[in-house]
Amino acid sequence: MNKELMRLRVNGEEREIAIAPNRLVLDALREDLGLTGSKRGCDDSSCGCCAVLIDGTPMLSCVALAASYEGREITTVEGLGGPGELDPVQEGYAEMGGAQCGYCTPGFMIATKALLDRNPEPSMDEIREALSGNLCRCTGYMQIYESVKYAIEKLRTKSAAHVPATH
Amino acid sequence: MAKNTNGFSIIGKPMAMTDARAKVTGLGKYADDLSVPGMLIGKILHSPHAHARIRSIDTSQAEALAGVKVTATGEDARNPYGILPIGHDERAFALGKALYIGDNIAAVAAATPEIAEQALDLIRVDYEQLPAWFDPEQSMKAASNWINEERPQNIEKEYHHVFGDPVKGFGEADFVAEERYYAGEVNQAAMEPHATLAVWEPDERLTVHSSTQVPFYLHRTIAAVCEMPMSQIRVIKPLIGGGFGGKSEIIPLEVAACVLAKKSRKPVKITYTREEVFLAHRGRPITIVYLKVGMTRAGKITAVQARVIQDGGAYCGYGPVTVLYSGALLGAIYDIANVQYDGFRVLTNKPACGAMRGHGTVNVRFAFESILDQLAYQAGLDPLEVRRRNLLKAPCITANSLRVTSYGLPECVEKVFERSGWAEKKGKLPYGKGVGMACSHYVSGAANPIIRSNMPHTTVHIKIDRDAAVTVYTGASEIGQGSDTMQVQIAAEVLGVTADRIKLIAADTELTPIDLGSYSSRVTFMAGNACLNAAKDMRDQIVAAVAKKFGCAAEDFEAKNGRMSHTSDASKSFSFDEAVAVALEFHGALSARGTYAPPETARGGKFKGAGVGPSPAYSYSAQVAEVTVDPETGHVHVDKIVAAHDCGKALNPLTVEGQIEGSVYMGFGQALQEDMIWKDGRLMNPSLLEYRIPATKENPEIESIIVESIDPEGPFGAKEAGEGSLAATIPAIANAIFDAVGVRINSIPITPDKILDALREKQKSAGGNGSNAPKKASLAGSPR
Repeated sequence: MNKELMRLRVNGEEREIAIAPNRLVLDALREDLGLTGSKRGCDDSSCGCCAVLIDGTPMLSCVALAASYEGREITTVEGLGGPGELDPVQEGYAEMGGAQCGYCTPGFMIATKALLDRNPEPSMDEIREALSGNLCRCTGYMQIYESVKYAIEKLRTKSAAHVPATH
Repeated sequence: MAKNTNGFSIIGKPMAMTDARAKVTGLGKYADDLSVPGMLIGKILHSPHAHARIRSIDTSQAEALAGVKVTATGEDARNPYGILPIGHDERAFALGKALYIGDNIAAVAAATPEIAEQALDLIRVDYEQLPAWFDPEQSMKAASNWINEERPQNIEKEYHHVFGDPVKGFGEADFVAEERYYAGEVNQAAMEPHATLAVWEPDERLTVHSSTQVPFYLHRTIAAVCEMPMSQIRVIKPLIGGGFGGKSEIIPLEVAACVLAKKSRKPVKITYTREEVFLAHRGRPITIVYLKVGMTRAGKITAVQARVIQDGGAYCGYGPVTVLYSGALLGAIYDIANVQYDGFRVLTNKPACGAMRGHGTVNVRFAFESILDQLAYQAGLDPLEVRRRNLLKAPCITANSLRVTSYGLPECVEKVFERSGWAEKKGKLPYGKGVGMACSHYVSGAANPIIRSNMPHTTVHIKIDRDAAVTVYTGASEIGQGSDTMQVQIAAEVLGVTADRIKLIAADTELTPIDLGSYSSRVTFMAGNACLNAAKDMRDQIVAAVAKKFGCAAEDFEAKNGRMSHTSDASKSFSFDEAVAVALEFHGALSARGTYAPPETARGGKFKGAGVGPSPAYSYSAQVAEVTVDPETGHVHVDKIVAAHDCGKALNPLTVEGQIEGSVYMGFGQALQEDMIWKDGRLMNPSLLEYRIPATKENPEIESIIVESIDPEGPFGAKEAGEGSLAATIPAIANAIFDAVGVRINSIPITPDKILDALREKQKSAGGNGSNAPKKASLAGSPR
């Protein structure tokens, strides 16, 4: 299949790559852009390791054609925050044991980020629901919940520091 | 004994893993994340037949395809290999016969994955199909068409052990229960599919980056298969996305990538699909357990007799070790004098099984703890009380010569008794709800190495130079369990510096001294002790120099809070950096080493097969599961599991809890939903969608409780934490289901259909007594 020139917006940057029209977002990220943070863990879109945000919505990059997402805002784990500027979600997963082997972690953090962006105070059931499309084989999920709670708390403190209380 | 046992700065405190930042930023590299210029992609051709003679292989069309660099078949690497010295029955590619659907026949290395795939379709293989064996109990009766001609009746290995006098023991029993248990096959399903990048270097050496738990065994095997000296091969373990035993022996893609790299003189990467992960397998075998246990009216176990048959698949792998662990750990958790064990490892035309988390102990523990629960009911005793009455009196030597140095099981049992509300719940919850308990144990590493040798099991080096940076060189393999962090903690504690002062380089055969690998929960005990010894050596060197400088005795100095100070004269004190500078004046750049070898007394008995089971220390676990069973649908919901685990000393409580919870989770999956489904040797569910590992929605709430028995020989008293808890979860759930609805399911996974069948059967046999109201099984009278 002939390659075509495509422009993808990834982590806030415009990137131009020559790829076949059937190139998946996951392969474009990993092979063409060198962003290997997003992982492939299965053959049937069931593990969530490859999840990225597309315009803020978590999506499986292993079933998304790169050509369909030109001009859309793609955020990968690398875009959540780098060394020295970790997102509270990343900090939570690092500090509270949410990442053991770390392979599922990018996908979990993407799902967590999307959840907290739309619902900063989720209930336990809502957390469980939001993470139900991701599989982790290490943690038994308990420390992942602790990681999410850490992020919630951190974001709460952060927003309290920035927005004066209204009452 | 370490000084200041209660005044640790770092040991015993929760600490984020040292590689956590690399993982949460996505910047850490796993094997498949690596690539080098000019890299080829390798793909493997798998057998479509379960048992077939290979008449011929024609790779000429594949080789002619543009973009294909090389192909390889069995003729390219004839030397056999296997993780055990007694089981060298695998080859890079099948020679003569294919032994299972998925067996490795040939491979190609090409410019792109698409071309490699296309090339596989062009390889012509002429097979002659042979009768195949799928059921282990049928296979072990085979008169002909043996899978391996050197293994008559398809029996890979059998062991027969008798300890004490089982006949006399059964004679003393007031109650005897006899049952058949069945455990389906499960796979590790680590989230990272295996990947290997083999780089042929300009100087004709080979560098291998691989997703392995055992880089040093891989090193040795590549040398044998590729017919190269080990000195010309370097194995590097990158980040590993989970192992659980699935990466603890040599996996076919590892040798395939090396053979292709050597033949093409190019870098070659192979990454498995998820389906290939299932076909390479090395999971827990289908296990059939015929179990008979005798007990007195007072609840004392008098004798155990077990016949265990394991469906090992087509190759030996760890098989003999698995079947030996099943026997060695069967009775040794309790005080049982009389044990008979007959274990059979059987070959079938299926992917090879291996050393999955809780190696060898999980399925027999399910059987044993289930039958113990059943006997307790027969005797009218509380099952938890029955455990109390059969505890070992440690320290002791068990009937099968295992040396028990620390034994936190009694405390584990009491902890889960309290925290689960056992006394209020057992037998007292409404129909459909129930609690069950079970115990388990596991080794902290094998006291005897796989390859017999007197070499220490681990060596650790520490280097300090002018920058006063402390670099720990360890062969131990971090696979997500916290191995690196544990050694950083130990080195920092001993040297009295903060953890961020320690840089750790791990699992690179060119840089780091040998460690046997991350399996059998050996790393904390063995690499931990080696690191402790190296750090003490380093501290002593620096302290000696400091003491000399001050003209004092070395024993008057301690390393603490970033300083080397006189214990009674505060004026005699150097910062760590100053102390290092002083030591460098005397010695030049500093290097220290530490080793660990299990003591002679821990290495077990002298009988055949006695080598497997002995460990320098054992972990213990007790668990209570609380379940809700819907008698209409047979659906089981596990409401909560309370798990207490004796890890000796929790060096890092954060990672210990993570290990306990991960073990319980994996046990939960095997108990209720995970099962590899076979049809004529073909795996029917080789994907994560169909092989259902539990997700957040199914997984129970887990309360983990750390019990610290402080082992006399563990580093700061530590023992294993990563495997021992798994085995208790399954019978705890099974026993809770009995408490809830009064049926015993002796086959895992316990799926709704099995519960419904058992409920119907029970109703049929109870029919005509006039009562429709379901009743709970009651104890005749708990003596507690």
